[in-house]
Amino acid sequence: MSTPAIEIRGLTKDYAIGFWRKRMRRSLDNLNLEVEDGEIFGFLGPNGAGKTTTMKLLMGLIFPTAGTARIRGKSIDDIRMHSEIGYLPEQPYFYDYLTARELLDYYARFSDFGAAERRERVGRFLERVGLASAADVQLRKFSKGMLQRAGIAQAILHDPQVVFLDEPMSGLDPVGRREVRDIIVELKKHGRTVFFSTHILSDAEMLCDRVAVLAGGKLQGVGAPSEIVSIEVHAMEILFESPAGRALPPALAQHATQIGGRCRVEVPEGELYAALDELRRFDARILSVTPVRPTLEDYFLRLVDSGKAASHDVVEAISR
Amino acid sequence: MSATTGPVAINTFREAVRDRVLYNLIFFALVMIGAAIIVGQISIGIERLVIINLGLSAISIVGLVMAIFIGVGLVSKEMEKRTLYSLLAKPIRRWEFLVGKYAGLLLTLGVNTSFMTLGLAAALFYVGPPYVRSDATVLVAVYFILLELALVTALALFFSCFSSPMLSTLFTLGIYITGVFAQDIRNFGELTGNPALRAATKALYYLIPNFHNFNAIATAAHGGSIPFQLVAQNTLYAALYVALLLVAASAVFSGRNLK
Repeated sequence: MSTPAIEIRGLTKDYAIGFWRKRMRRSLDNLNLEVEDGEIFGFLGPNGAGKTTTMKLLMGLIFPTAGTARIRGKSIDDIRMHSEIGYLPEQPYFYDYLTARELLDYYARFSDFGAAERRERVGRFLERVGLASAADVQLRKFSKGMLQRAGIAQAILHDPQVVFLDEPMSGLDPVGRREVRDIIVELKKHGRTVFFSTHILSDAEMLCDRVAVLAGGKLQGVGAPSEIVSIEVHAMEILFESPAGRALPPALAQHATQIGGRCRVEVPEGELYAALDELRRFDARILSVTPVRPTLEDYFLRLVDSGKAASHDVVEAISR
Repeated sequence: MSATTGPVAINTFREAVRDRVLYNLIFFALVMIGAAIIVGQISIGIERLVIINLGLSAISIVGLVMAIFIGVGLVSKEMEKRTLYSLLAKPIRRWEFLVGKYAGLLLTLGVNTSFMTLGLAAALFYVGPPYVRSDATVLVAVYFILLELALVTALALFFSCFSSPMLSTLFTLGIYITGVFAQDIRNFGELTGNPALRAATKALYYLIPNFHNFNAIATAAHGGSIPFQLVAQNTLYAALYVALLLVAASAVFSGRNLK
């Protein structure tokens, strides 16, 4: 059996809080996780779930209260491990007196590249993240999205085996988001492992082989994204245009919402065909039928609301 | 310098240059030009003494201000702005980062001091007569100032590893001032006759770096000479203190959680 790319055993982090720092707040609670080589692994959870704490523990920026972790078989205390990883922090901030080219050149100096290779790589990766035209602009003049791109470039510049991206889509416009998704997919194609955190479910759905869900510092489960989002379909949404001058049938009218000249109605999944038949009889023009799935926010709100017992059920459902 | 500390040091130097820290040189140049012109007109026979005194004092004060105010921000600024996160994910140990930052500021101070020394030399040339043998003592005095700055920078770096920039400034400044008067404080303890106070001032004398030893401004201004033994002693003294402070700073910083 091959060594997992990331292996986390009982990782726990407590922070001392209060004026006398005598009370402890648990930020991460007994996290156990394995990420296989070559996987795109999503680390999901609402803000404050413990995602960034986990990333920082793995990077050696903070130290665990208990537990251990290994990356490609090397302990996170082992400096050699850092040659094999790339890391994009959440909301990255870099030396703003440097240009993008100088920044990447600076980081490249911590890898064993010669001057010529360093120059070539820096140029190539600037191009890859769409910053070639701004290569010689000081970072203090960069937008948030441009900083994010520079951050991604520094994380993958040295061709690491495992790439950790903390909220990589944050601050990016749709084009930027797509470019980052392409980079992540390309990394996987080259056999790299990508571990990225997000609280946006659609990113995870689109990219991840598996995801882990974290809430309140605890692992809620691990599985393929489809297992999470298909826990249930809330309802079916029908979008239609009603014939001019005709009032909606009473059965539909009470559930329908008018949006401009269009109507939107949500019906239980089992009643979909009956509702469609009704609309056909009414001569409505059906524009779309979409399953309404819970958003990640809904998912977590339900987890919190339904308490521990319900959470346990969900954990079992997505852990299989 | 190692493969990892070198880039950090160069980057620290570059930051100082880009943040226009070296602009202080313009101020220094203006002071030296003004002093040379005015002193040349109002003092008879003591132009060199006044210029050397003024020049070396300015070099020392400007250097101290830079060492303290940049020194206390070396680590805290990187933590506050979180630039440290992506750096420490690279194969660089925390102590290497610290040594790199320290070396970078020392390089900045060295370049700054060198330019100021050139300014002082120009002013001395202006008031004439051409350089004399005793001017070599001025260079030794500058070297002592550099040693002093190296020590102050290490102190500032040490404090910045576990306290806020404001507190680090106060601690560093406090220790510097105490260190300048270390001998006087010890003498005071001896005079009181109180055994407890005597022991306390003696302990303080040995614990706090004695900055008075690095002050050779008066000797240089009066054309005196500085024995090689003192140069060696001061060098060793500063090197030991700096090493101790860097080891202590590394120990503190290596165990610190970066929030």
